[in-house]
Amino acid sequence: MAIWLDETSKILVQGITGSEGRKHTARMLRAGSTIVGGTNPKKAGTEVEGVPVFATVAETIEQTGADVSVVYVPPAGTKAAVIEAIDAGIPLVVVITEGVPVHDTTDFWAYAKSKGNTTRIIGPNCPGIISPGKSNAGIIPADITPPGRIGLVSKSGTLTYQMMYELRDFGFSTGVGIGGDPVIGTTHIDALDAFQADDDTDAIVMIGEIGGDAEERAAAYIEAHITKPVVGYVAGFTAPEGKTMGHAGAIVSGSSGTALAKKEALEKAGVRVGKTPSETARLMADIMRSF
Amino acid sequence: MDLFEYQAKKLFADHGVPVPTGKVATTPDEARAIATDLGGRVVVKAQVKAGGRGKAGGVKVADGPDDATAKASAILGMDIKGHTVHSVLVEQASNIAEEYYASFLLDRANRTFLAMCSREGGMEIEEVAATKPEALARIPIDPLTGVDATVARQIAVAAKLPEAALDGATELLVKLWDVFVRSDATLVEVNPLILTADGRVVALDGKVSLDENASFRHPDHTGFVDVSAVDPLEQKAKEKGLNYVKLSGQVGIIGNGAGLVMSTLDVVTYAGEEFGGQRPANFLDIGGGASAQVMADGLSIILSDPAVKSVFVNIFGGITACDAVANGIVQAVKIVGDVTTPLVVRLDGNNADEGRRILTEANLDVVRPVDTMDGAAKLAAQLAAAAA
Repeated sequence: MAIWLDETSKILVQGITGSEGRKHTARMLRAGSTIVGGTNPKKAGTEVEGVPVFATVAETIEQTGADVSVVYVPPAGTKAAVIEAIDAGIPLVVVITEGVPVHDTTDFWAYAKSKGNTTRIIGPNCPGIISPGKSNAGIIPADITPPGRIGLVSKSGTLTYQMMYELRDFGFSTGVGIGGDPVIGTTHIDALDAFQADDDTDAIVMIGEIGGDAEERAAAYIEAHITKPVVGYVAGFTAPEGKTMGHAGAIVSGSSGTALAKKEALEKAGVRVGKTPSETARLMADIMRSF
Repeated sequence: MDLFEYQAKKLFADHGVPVPTGKVATTPDEARAIATDLGGRVVVKAQVKAGGRGKAGGVKVADGPDDATAKASAILGMDIKGHTVHSVLVEQASNIAEEYYASFLLDRANRTFLAMCSREGGMEIEEVAATKPEALARIPIDPLTGVDATVARQIAVAAKLPEAALDGATELLVKLWDVFVRSDATLVEVNPLILTADGRVVALDGKVSLDENASFRHPDHTGFVDVSAVDPLEQKAKEKGLNYVKLSGQVGIIGNGAGLVMSTLDVVTYAGEEFGGQRPANFLDIGGGASAQVMADGLSIILSDPAVKSVFVNIFGGITACDAVANGIVQAVKIVGDVTTPLVVRLDGNNADEGRRILTEANLDVVRPVDTMDGAAKLAAQLAAAAA
């Protein structure tokens, strides 16, 4: 099964004619993803990597049956792009763009909610979602890991890649990068919930980092609802207070958002938390061997 | 980016939020000139980005120009919670009848905006929230409809502001919301919000945090950057487009991806415990496309930090190919020239074998390839300790 993305997914690319959109369309195609179209109102009728370009998301859906959109448009245009996707009724929009103003994200999240949350939003500032061997929507390298039975949800792109690499002998059902911005669409909890329900996932790796309280809330959710084994990792134990560490959302403010508080909350919920990415991978490997 | 009070008040005034008349001074003489222009009693306020200025003696009332000069001279240069006072705001003293609190902020956890308002003003709002939670109204704001006069009045009423302040507070809150939205702020806070003896509602203080991701649509905000407070290495890195944060340790860090670099800092700290407490000297994320030039820029910034005794280059080749990174490192060492600080390099992922081969064949004395992240952190910490 995998979650949210599989071999039947029909992907459209918003911002397909830009350099990022073009590059990653080629990569996604090589990874075996079905890409049915892209949008650019000024370049409708042309092709990118053999993929037809349409004027709007609505038209792409009408012509191709697209059900996933991946957004590569620059920050200034991201809000409009996501709202267009929501209006067109697409079930899943994956927002790769980094540097989106948080007011814009808060606005399009509120807009999605006002439309009944019929569109799942992943991101922004995320690497996307991959169900190895089935489909890849975003920028996660497809050759790191084969399919398998581990589910992964992470705020960080490179830590996702690192973890997939360390656990490539077991493989992954789906990996979801939810992004490191202060406001994001899909959360750790959403992914945990989906992996719990997924017959093809045996265990879950959850990667968090400093800032906000998403990990603490995920810990409470795990304690109450998740019966599959969860292994965790949290980055940023040594980050100083008040400094943004690369990701817009990665900041310790006063005593809130610390890695220690997150680790403790997860451990209290029965999650085994690794001290380093490699130790985390070993904890997961032990679990996978025990099945 | 957090603003000084005088900058926040300028934004407030630009959007019609009532603030006392005043100007910023960096010398006692400037303070005198401003006090002379304003006439009457003035308040001299230390401009530092820290709370508790009043308690620290950084806010003083002055009777006239002479007194303002003396007060400014006492406050300038003062240290408040580790911040040196470089400027003071001199403004007309207000005749305060009552003090309240009002703010709009990003509510991360609920993915929306929040209004907070209280009849209890002038003290730390965290304290009000802890001791008198019932006195602090928290009203979620729908980003799609925002704050109009009706919503603003609801906020003021929920905060139990007195009848005499309702009209003034309503008007001020609508304009404060304008500041919040139009400036792409993540926080606008007025503490205290005052009712004057003559019945006006005025922002007596102001705190604003701006979203740096939105700076592309606010070219005017660059003027708010406090250049004197920026670490020179951070400034240099910014000019090169690098994401660098100066830290206090000895092991320089270069990596790709914010999460991996944060993780690298942690792993180096753990490894450093074995070697007399070696710690990371910086955060540096060179991002996806690690070209030779980017690597050279990053390396030269790290090596210009005299505290750095070893460097850990930690790359996971996802989109970036490790052979390109390895070539980048080899060229960067040549571009920077005279590198004597050891570079421990760990390459994994895309084309890692080829990358490692390039490093080995380049046969550079300073470059020490290690296969795993934990092993590389250990060697980097060990080398830093040996060089100390």
